[in-house]
Amino acid sequence: MSQAKDALPRASLDKIPLVLIPLIAVAALPLIPSLPTWVTLTIAGLAMGMMIFIMASGLTLVFGLMDVMNFAHGAFITIGAFVATSVLLPLAAWTEADKLWLNLAALLSAILAAMVVAGVLGLAFERVIIKPVYGQHLKQILITMGGLIVAEQSIHVIWGPDIIGLPKPAALRGSFIFGDIAIEKYRVLAVIVGLAVFAAMFGVLNRTRIGLLIRAGVEDSEMVEALGYRIRRIFIGVFVAGSALAGLGGVMWALYQETVSSAMGMQVMILIFIVIIIGGLGSVGGCFIGSLLVGLMANYVGFLAPKIALGSNILLMVLILLWRPQGLYPVAKR
Amino acid sequence: MNNLLALSGVNTRIGHYHILQGVDFVVPQGGLTMLLGRNGAGKTTCLRTIMGLWRASAGRIEFDGADIAGRSTPAVAQLGIGYVPESMGIFAGLTVRENLMLAARAGPLDERRLDWMFGLFPALKKFWQLPAGFLSGGQKQMLAIARAMIEPRKLLLVDEPTKGLAPAIIAHMVEAFRELKRTDTTILLVEQNFHFARALGDTVAVMDSGRIVHSGGMRELAEDEALQHKLLGLSLDAHQ
Repeated sequence: MSQAKDALPRASLDKIPLVLIPLIAVAALPLIPSLPTWVTLTIAGLAMGMMIFIMASGLTLVFGLMDVMNFAHGAFITIGAFVATSVLLPLAAWTEADKLWLNLAALLSAILAAMVVAGVLGLAFERVIIKPVYGQHLKQILITMGGLIVAEQSIHVIWGPDIIGLPKPAALRGSFIFGDIAIEKYRVLAVIVGLAVFAAMFGVLNRTRIGLLIRAGVEDSEMVEALGYRIRRIFIGVFVAGSALAGLGGVMWALYQETVSSAMGMQVMILIFIVIIIGGLGSVGGCFIGSLLVGLMANYVGFLAPKIALGSNILLMVLILLWRPQGLYPVAKR
Repeated sequence: MNNLLALSGVNTRIGHYHILQGVDFVVPQGGLTMLLGRNGAGKTTCLRTIMGLWRASAGRIEFDGADIAGRSTPAVAQLGIGYVPESMGIFAGLTVRENLMLAARAGPLDERRLDWMFGLFPALKKFWQLPAGFLSGGQKQMLAIARAMIEPRKLLLVDEPTKGLAPAIIAHMVEAFRELKRTDTTILLVEQNFHFARALGDTVAVMDSGRIVHSGGMRELAEDEALQHKLLGLSLDAHQ
């Protein structure tokens, strides 16, 4: 065994997709009028990318492992955001306080509540809605779209049809100023949370036995069962975790927008689908790179030509698929 | 000799197709049984039905004294049945080490067994940290077999291990299975290569159109060219 550990060769990471991030940033530099604006846009883009990653990572795993394209994923984002309003608005005394710890305590309470509610609803959704249609793609699309509509209408019943304002906690408003460069405090938090989620997912997937099972299940769930593991239990765990992450993403996105509407999940799903297709369906690493690319593209093009911001991301997806038809990091399938 | 596995009247339907139409055969304990037959005879369906990957619509599958027909695939595997599918079923994105770790359900890899495995398949040691997708076809097959035997199993089901492999690698496979037989592992092996089958098989069952049309000792079939013609359509010489 020890000899085996010394044996060669080892696999190397495909670094070419990683180069795309600095490539896009450098390509945008001559088009942006000033360096401080470019820095601000770049950090804003990375922060937006991190938030999209939090929302998309669960969906890419659910698709990769369970072969389920869950169009209702956006509902868990929306529910997370609305749960956050139910926690943060009554805690206005904490969110408006001058003390950072009170602000963070309110935010953490909202995040925890959103993740728990989204996770529990995800569990019920998988058991009741998804379970009967495993392996039936057309039915999955129809039933999850139906689930999304039901969720939106349920939100209207519970929270009302109006858009709800959700101000950021006091400590997260404003920007850090470095010379002419302004970096919003909230975006820094988004980057930290996004990196923490990525690190946690990377750690679980690559350093634990359950992660090994998930990665194997994404490739060939039948063979995992033939080795004696009950893949359905892993399916449920991943679906719940993906829903909880969507809830977390909903909180982050709602505070970023400072408004919450029942359609927000549906709206952001377009970006999420672009991201998971760019990254390679089922690939968490690809989803991370794809999110950053989409975040940067949205901010640069949004600044230079706002009318074609969404179109630019679709163009980015088309170009990447022409180059790598299975996405940046294709997941091997049987 | 006791029978570790016995199929009686097993029927399997896939959609509108009635693939297995009353399969009856036994796999003696500690021996290597060859399941032979032309393409489309139902050999792969037979293995998949034993594993619970396809549900038998009728009949009994008795393993170690218990009827396992209708049990889930993980439950069947947990009884001590290893399975190597025709596609090999290796996880291409996982390293050789990770593929083997996953198969070792009892816990960490047993170093003595691993060393024994490396003796059989030295390439696995060389490419230990490499994703399995980078291995050649023969190396992938070695990994698939190694994975099925990384822990002691009562029964190994192996589907066409020589398919698409070069003669030198097939010879290597023959040696590996001979070594495995010495450990008293019971093996049911689906094969089209009669030369390979003759070299290894103790007993044989021949399938045609979803039924067993012959069963008995391997030596008798190997020595009876007329019977080979009748059952398999080709003589042994043609397969060498």
